[in-house]
Amino acid sequence: MATERELTMAKAIAEAIDQEMERDERVFVMGEDVGIYGGIFGATQGLYEKYGGERVMDTPISETAFIGAATGAAAEGMRPIVELMFVDFFGVCMDQIYNHLAKNTYMSGGHAHYPVVLTTAIGGGYNDAAQHSQCLYSIFAHVPGLKVVVPSTAYDAKGLMISAIRDDNPVMYFFHKGLMGLGWMKYHPRSVTPVPEEPYTIPFGQADIKRPGNDVTIVSLAMMVHRALDAADELAKEGIEAEVIDLRTLVPLDKETVVNSVKKTHRLLVVDEDYHSFGMTGEIAAIVAEEALDYLDAPIRRLAVPDVPIPYSRPLEQFVLPSAERIAATVRSMME
Amino acid sequence: MNLSKDQLLAMYRQMWTIRHFEDEMAAAYMEGKTPAFDIGSGPVPGEMHLAAGQEPVAVGTCMHLRKEDTVVGTHRPHHFAIAKGIELNKLAAEIFGKVTGLGKGKGGHMHLFDVEHKFSCSGIVGASFPPACGAALAAKKMGKDWVAVAFAGEGAANQGAFHEALNLAALWKLPVLFIIEDNSWAISVAKHQSTAIPDNSQRAAGYGIPGVRVDENDVLAVYEVVGEAVQRARRGEGPSLIEVKTDRLYGHFQGDPEVYRPKDEVAKLKANDPILRFGNQLLEQGMATQQELDAARDAAKADVDAAFAYARQSPYPAPESALEDVFV
Repeated sequence: MATERELTMAKAIAEAIDQEMERDERVFVMGEDVGIYGGIFGATQGLYEKYGGERVMDTPISETAFIGAATGAAAEGMRPIVELMFVDFFGVCMDQIYNHLAKNTYMSGGHAHYPVVLTTAIGGGYNDAAQHSQCLYSIFAHVPGLKVVVPSTAYDAKGLMISAIRDDNPVMYFFHKGLMGLGWMKYHPRSVTPVPEEPYTIPFGQADIKRPGNDVTIVSLAMMVHRALDAADELAKEGIEAEVIDLRTLVPLDKETVVNSVKKTHRLLVVDEDYHSFGMTGEIAAIVAEEALDYLDAPIRRLAVPDVPIPYSRPLEQFVLPSAERIAATVRSMME
Repeated sequence: MNLSKDQLLAMYRQMWTIRHFEDEMAAAYMEGKTPAFDIGSGPVPGEMHLAAGQEPVAVGTCMHLRKEDTVVGTHRPHHFAIAKGIELNKLAAEIFGKVTGLGKGKGGHMHLFDVEHKFSCSGIVGASFPPACGAALAAKKMGKDWVAVAFAGEGAANQGAFHEALNLAALWKLPVLFIIEDNSWAISVAKHQSTAIPDNSQRAAGYGIPGVRVDENDVLAVYEVVGEAVQRARRGEGPSLIEVKTDRLYGHFQGDPEVYRPKDEVAKLKANDPILRFGNQLLEQGMATQQELDAARDAAKADVDAAFAYARQSPYPAPESALEDVFV
């Protein structure tokens, strides 16, 4: 059956873009090495061969120019998908993103539309050090006007990408390198899933309960969803049933699924590969404290990168990234 | 130059519309701000950057543009907006923060958006170049002969965005014009203190595109040079860089003490006012009578007065509407 066909996340993303380019001639792709190379992380593989250099455009290393150009092209009715390789590189063009792409709709009183999808790679775990391993999605979720998508599986990646392309607002789409299913980088096998061949959408703002459970709620996204699921498997052997929630989108955020889960399990652990302070874990903790404090049987716990740049050396990097073992140990301590 | 009498008078009238608009705005801006200047008080709060003296660049350029052509302006945007044809009432109302404004009062003086007239601007120096490239790219992709114009001050030509955009536009042969208004001052820093060459249009050579300098703050001189660049762009021959020497009669912002500016500079500039010179030129060449010039000037004043009255009497937005329009 078609739905049993399994894809890597990279192939699922490329297929989503392909199907939308076929459906809508206003959709085009630009970025560094998105053409013949097919994207450094494979998100545009096969598109250049099919659509050519006019619709799959390799750009110079000029992020301010080509991301600003995406904004300008979107204002004219085009629907650009623009890739900026690593999220770590966004500093060079932040003005065009957080001052223009994110704000122009509001400043125009809702009259001007910017249907841009901005894609980039996140995450560490392969010793690429501090300038190539960050997540940073919370920075963009913090600025009003950008939708923020962070998938963890191939199925989600395709549906969320099609939703992103059809959205009339700017969408930032983050894919984790360790989930793309690349031949040259170890990836979590659970990110490879059955993916329907036909186009489908996944609405933004709907978290996915990746594993139901009654004893503790673990909220996460991207690679940490899989680490949480690995931990939940271990905990189940000890009779602890963890509910693992994959947020899938940070903006809009599905508060309801999180709050309802905590009301059921009475315990909350938030796991993030982004920095600890002022980030996603604090946001989720605050929401639960505001809306479900009376339901908690244990203090809210957070696991995230402990406010240091991602280190290079393998034991150092493994120490700062939340592991399945640390997640399991934290849950055990919450059950006491 | 094939300009009819009607077109010349229209240019003259438009320059006066801009000048009256800026003068009315200068006066309205100071209401409630004296004797002690408080930037947040009065009917027009926030910063205010006026373009009196810089009318030739906007009018000389936009005479060549159609509604379908895109203009991206700067933090000093009123003259571009008016020349591009934005409705004066909506423009004034936006600057007064009223619900009837272009962006329902959410953008204000530095952030004017008019989808219908394809106009936008930005409060960030140098930020106009990339989106203009994008508009030009879209026109090319859609097979239209539309052009895009990015305006910027001479200080913005030192921004990375300028150089990236020129390279991209040249590489992709985009129908875009980069037009630099050289008013000699980047706030208080003189051009020679920030740019090693006297003429930014020379920088075009680095990207293999035409670069032209217009040395006079003259609307017809701008019209002529821009005309060639627009035609070139419409023919699919790619971008151009144009720098125009112009004069900022007021401070960088209203309330700017201008301690950096030589005391006699403004007096000299006013003696060489580009609108008065243009009017005299039309008289000398027999293209218009004094009566016709006066009528154009009065009509411009009436338009501006009506726009300010509309802005003043328009209601403020409901406070809770602040929560709307983040997404469409």
